Amino acid sequence: MNDMSARPRYDKQGERTDAERAAAATSTFVREVGRDAALYLESCIHCGNCAEACQFYLATGEAKYTPIWKLEPLKQAYKREVGPFSWIYRTLGLKHAVTAPQLEEWQELLYDSCTMCGRCTLACPMGIDIAGLVGLARKGMFKAGLAPAELVAVAERAEREGSPLGATPKVLRERLEWLSDEHDVPMRLDAPRADVLVTLSSIEIMKYPDALVATARILEQAGASWTITSAGYEATNFGMLSGNVDWQRKMTMKLIDAAIACSAKVVLLPECGHAYSALRWQGAEMLGKPLPFRVLHISEFLAENLASGKIKVRPLDKTVAFHDPCQVSRRGGATRAPREVLAALGMALLETEDSGDLSFCCGGGGGVIANSRADALRYGAFEIKMKQIDATGAELAVTSCANCRQTFDDGAAHFHWGREMGSLVELVADRLAARPAAGP
Amino acid sequence: MTLLEFARGPALTFALVVFALGIFWRLAGIYRFPARKELSAPRRDVRSGGALRAIASRMWQPRTFRERTLVGTLNAYAYHLGLAIVFFGFVPHIAFVERLTGLSWPALPGWVFIAGVAMVFVGMLYALLARLTSPVLRLLSNFDDYASWVVTILPMVTGMALVHLSLDARYPAVPEVPLAVAVHLLSLELLLVWLPFGKLSHAFLVFFSRATTGAAFARKGEVL
Repeated sequence: MNDMSARPRYDKQGERTDAERAAAATSTFVREVGRDAALYLESCIHCGNCAEACQFYLATGEAKYTPIWKLEPLKQAYKREVGPFSWIYRTLGLKHAVTAPQLEEWQELLYDSCTMCGRCTLACPMGIDIAGLVGLARKGMFKAGLAPAELVAVAERAEREGSPLGATPKVLRERLEWLSDEHDVPMRLDAPRADVLVTLSSIEIMKYPDALVATARILEQAGASWTITSAGYEATNFGMLSGNVDWQRKMTMKLIDAAIACSAKVVLLPECGHAYSALRWQGAEMLGKPLPFRVLHISEFLAENLASGKIKVRPLDKTVAFHDPCQVSRRGGATRAPREVLAALGMALLETEDSGDLSFCCGGGGGVIANSRADALRYGAFEIKMKQIDATGAELAVTSCANCRQTFDDGAAHFHWGREMGSLVELVADRLAARPAAGP
Repeated sequence: MTLLEFARGPALTFALVVFALGIFWRLAGIYRFPARKELSAPRRDVRSGGALRAIASRMWQPRTFRERTLVGTLNAYAYHLGLAIVFFGFVPHIAFVERLTGLSWPALPGWVFIAGVAMVFVGMLYALLARLTSPVLRLLSNFDDYASWVVTILPMVTGMALVHLSLDARYPAVPEVPLAVAVHLLSLELLLVWLPFGKLSHAFLVFFSRATTGAAFARKGEVL
């Protein structure tokens, strides 16, 4: 067990009084509560089972990391202000108003020690969607100016420049031109019309450009009509992760508008977990009506096209462990797709002890990787996953999320792990069958 | 008016009215909130199936959590089952329900009733000790947890004053020990009055909560 409680763990944005911060958080908490959230906030039986699913609790043994405890200010505000018996609580003084010092204390619990992986829901006998409630609570924290400074800075940059890592349209164009020349593959940018709009993760653009090349190669072999557009390419959504709904909407609408502009039938999401949540499951809510196109994670696209024979691969006789990105598998429902891809490659999948919907997070989701003050906590969480991957004895390890890859790279360096977390899309691209020679 | 007449009359009526209205108020207080609009295309249109499946599947922990939660889960089953045996399987309790509703059913054998009583006392004592000694449970616990424990155990304790009576005989309308029966009934009425307001309402919220998550996850494609 590590002692990770030495330094205060909160940041503040803006100049406001404590009362103003508390009021902003409280009003956002109660405004954002809908029927599902109200039901969940009424239903907890304080059994503590959720702790046993949370790798931050498992890594530290500290009771404060019990998932439902992370929601205490939200529960308090809900029950006091708008719950069915709020008038009793207020009249008899049974619930105090949420205070700024309390929210400051909870900042670490809501941001540093929760990746919103949702594993706790599977251990909850009441089935409470705790990760969803953490997302709701973060909205209140952001409004109160009480979010981690680094996460806010990344989200602000994404809002200002269109990318959290500086992958501006100019950088994107230069990057794609370089990749196209270097790898002799067309990187189609700003085609006026295309069936498939390819979106990207800044992490891939800046850190894992091979994933872009791999995606292009696969699309070319599938014979797809595709494009990347400089008007909307960034799939990551730090507005959602930080709790700023306005920024979340703005980032999502860029993609939706770009897809509509080029008449895309499919928006292809990159290897990124939260991008899948943001567009596949929340995009239509941002637009206010059903999306006029399909949204596919790259692993789903691969599975579909391998099954239909549009993509052909050479088998690979190796064992492989797959790390499920939480937002694609457990919280996204696309758990089978990567397994179908690995099966199509003829690889022997060696599942981790907890796999698929029960898989442990890498520890860096939910913006935790972008928040360096949480590093010690994150390494504790990562270690659990690292040991499970090792225990499979698999020759290769792959995932379908660049954020997870980044977390694995950082964790591997920290622990001198000696393994590398690979990319599913790069693995498939490496095994593409040669295209039949053109006829005479 | 004797205490027994009070317990059987106005107190019982009051408790049942508060019980019914309290549950209605709590559910109405939840369902008055707007439902989230689900505009994303479902992977599978199986909301009802997902809801029912989650209600059933959440009865038992996934294998990976069992090692750490098994004792608590089994204990909870033990005292819940014990409470059901004691309330629904005992002749005087069936007679009580019959007087209220006209419904009756065969009682369980005396030894089953005794086993049920033991399961409740041992199980609830274990649950309380766990709550007082586990750092996680101690942190999560508030007045509601302890009050709910007390109002649940009270009818069991007051019922013990009547254990000298035959386990399977019907009782006269005027019991031999009216004071003990009155206190026992009043303790049950306290439980009925408390139930809608605290965590004991999981007795009905459990179905709504599990179903909500099960339906949401099913449309995304996950089998909860």
